Amino acid sequence: MSIANIQVPETPLVLYALRRADDALILGHRLSEWCGHAPMLEEDMALSNIALDLIGQARELYSYAAKAEGKDNDEDKFAYLRDVRQYRNLLLVEQPNGDFAQTLVRQFFYSAFADLYWRAMMASRDATLAAIAAKSEKESAYHLRHSAEWIIRLGDGTDESHARAQAAIDHLWAFTGEMFAVDDSERGLIDAGVAIDPAGLRDRWLKTVTGIINEATLALPQNDWMQQGGRSGRHSEHLGHLLSELQSMQRTFPGLTW
Amino acid sequence: MVTALDSDAELRQRAWDAAAGVVDPEIPVLTIADLGVLRDVALDGDQIEVLISPTYSGCPAMNMIALEIELALERAGFHRPKVRTVLSPAWTTDWMSEEGRQKLRAYGIAPPQASSSRRALFGEQAVTCPQCGSGNTELLSEFGSTSCKALWRCKACREPFDYFKCH
Repeated sequence: MSIANIQVPETPLVLYALRRADDALILGHRLSEWCGHAPMLEEDMALSNIALDLIGQARELYSYAAKAEGKDNDEDKFAYLRDVRQYRNLLLVEQPNGDFAQTLVRQFFYSAFADLYWRAMMASRDATLAAIAAKSEKESAYHLRHSAEWIIRLGDGTDESHARAQAAIDHLWAFTGEMFAVDDSERGLIDAGVAIDPAGLRDRWLKTVTGIINEATLALPQNDWMQQGGRSGRHSEHLGHLLSELQSMQRTFPGLTW
Repeated sequence: MVTALDSDAELRQRAWDAAAGVVDPEIPVLTIADLGVLRDVALDGDQIEVLISPTYSGCPAMNMIALEIELALERAGFHRPKVRTVLSPAWTTDWMSEEGRQKLRAYGIAPPQASSSRRALFGEQAVTCPQCGSGNTELLSEFGSTSCKALWRCKACREPFDYFKCH
């Protein structure tokens, strides 16, 4: 038995909302994998709370995508009934948790971006997106502070924690460029004042990231080559495994409700 | 019972009073009016609509609060009341009433401070212990038992306590 995927006509606005919703959902899901497994109780609660914020953001964005689409899709169908190639999230957020350092470096790179991005998006001409941005930027400020403190503690900690943090930075760096990329679909929204151009945030992002990495006695790679693909559905092998867990109930028991 | 003799203003006031008594399921000393979550009450014909602002995007208490509002309005004689969530302007702890802050402190949770310091990446925060009133406190964890709280410890009385983060 197979459950049909929903079909989504990706108008620029629908695609835009799905991309940001997918970022938040996938990263939220990754963080929720730590629930019950984090190195200490405080971090277990912190990562679960950040996951909760992100999944809340995803719900708002999915609901808006459904409204913009005007079909009978809703937040649950977008989350549970699209396959890997229909997901539009950044490659960065789907990367496995790895060790604690890898989780926190991934969170730091993303939160430093999300914080700037949502603050800028508060000026969107789209009232709903501006409202979602206003809520999200408050939350991302705390997410950034949490992860930045950990980067410093890990980098400037023991030899072991330093080596692990540096390895995580080296591994994840190539996935950061995608955050600032824009395609034709999104360019139209930027020109219309609905979206903002993320490329304009890169210098400030790099300044924040460099400042914390330096304070942590860590180093950014010199490698400028960046891997892309998530925004158009070309994902790493990890996303399929994540979705198989995230979607298993709806795929096994179609239409299941609480 | 709601009768046709009631004026619109009276109906709205009665609906507001009913909704305002709903408490936060996770901090039961605070009502949604204390929190600033209850924003407005609108009357459309004979149907009442209550507008609320979510605290955090993923706050699981919001669904329960919406349900409790509907039940409270039904009990007050309003049939099929609606609850609508408004995102803009975004909820802020600045909307928390002074009475709400005092109730929080008496309950053992340090109330939120002015939101101006939130932006600082590593801003110095000074939170007063709700138990003994000492300012000699330290942050244990940025995230506490719920999204809206952080975990602190008082170095004077040695008691850990929740701090309702400014937002």
